[in-house]
Amino acid sequence: MATVEVPKEEKDAHAASAPQQSEPKTITLRIARINPSEQHEPKFEEFKIPVQKWTTVLEAILFVKQNLDHSVAVRYSCRQASCGSCGMKINGKPRLACYTKISELDSPVITVEPMNNFPIIRDLAVDFKQMFATHKRMKPFVINEESEVKPGTKEFVQKPEDLEKFLQFSYCIKCGLCNSACPTMSTDKSFIGPQGLAQAYRYTADNRDKGKNERLKIVDESHGIWRCHFAGSCSYVCPKGVDPAMAIQLLRGYLLGFGK
Amino acid sequence: MRESIIMKIHYGTALGAVALVAVHILMRLSQNFSDSLSYKNVLVNYHLLPYALMLEVILVLLSVHGFNGLRVILLELKQGRSYERAINYGSIAAMAVLIAYGSRTILMAGMGVS
Ligand code: SF4
Ligand code: FES
Repeated sequence: MATVEVPKEEKDAHAASAPQQSEPKTITLRIARINPSEQHEPKFEEFKIPVQKWTTVLEAILFVKQNLDHSVAVRYSCRQASCGSCGMKINGKPRLACYTKISELDSPVITVEPMNNFPIIRDLAVDFKQMFATHKRMKPFVINEESEVKPGTKEFVQKPEDLEKFLQFSYCIKCGLCNSACPTMSTDKSFIGPQGLAQAYRYTADNRDKGKNERLKIVDESHGIWRCHFAGSCSYVCPKGVDPAMAIQLLRGYLLGFGK
Repeated sequence: MRESIIMKIHYGTALGAVALVAVHILMRLSQNFSDSLSYKNVLVNYHLLPYALMLEVILVLLSVHGFNGLRVILLELKQGRSYERAINYGSIAAMAVLIAYGSRTILMAGMGVS
């Protein structure tokens, strides 16, 4: 069989341009373990994990589940920052585990804990019941009697500048990171929270919507929109670029008689 | 009362209080500061009707703003229907008591009763 000999210089050039196989590093993953029916404070368990520069925190946790301790409780689904399931506190800050690379944390020790301001189910999984119920209470849909799907009706016109008013708020994936970072939510358990308020704004600002008064009535209560102190932590942690703090101020503007 | 109305009052009283307290402080500077706080000069303020009225308005603005602020803090601290009702009525009562006591002082000093 004929073989083709690659000239030596070409061989060297190939070797130099070939991607470097990066050595896996080892980091320590500290996972908060808690079962609220048995204990009040979490215990931390440490695991040594090999990581590449692209390894995400979720992958590291799944490595533990697969190889070291399958009993770690964690919730995830899409693994691509779309479903909002994998929120947790990573090195003290609420983040999506599937969207946070170990390398970007720049630390040999990664600590993962359940999000604040949510009841804990077990370990890293928290209960979203209240957040989803609040979200539903905000009437997260376009309220308009003149449906655009009835025969004889035309589709609603929405200009780019109309869309601009609420587009960023429609990117919310209901991950709850904003509620977890909110200082008001940590003391006021009845507070609507930045997630719900941002969604109330998103639909109220929609030019197809006619439910402004209904929604404003819901948020204008003693644990509603006025309890926001504008700390801005919600906007700081949002992984989707939503700015709930701004939505809250704009919604307040409606209540004070500015806009729409 | 709806929370937005309460908060409009809250912001309004804050703005009003800042403006009138500024006038009050500027009046201290119309003479030597320590003189302005002497017993005699303080009494003169109360004898001057427009000034006494301004003090009364400051008293009302600050009481309303202050006790509503306290109500908000307490509501955020703890929740529960009866607790919240107690806080709401308690702060209105405290507001009324402070305004009544302060008004009594302004009135008595104005009438020269000490
Ligand atoms: S606003 Fe951002 S942080 Fe809050 S729930 Fe939506 S996506 Fe998550
Ligand atoms: S797994 Fe879906 S957002 Fe992380």
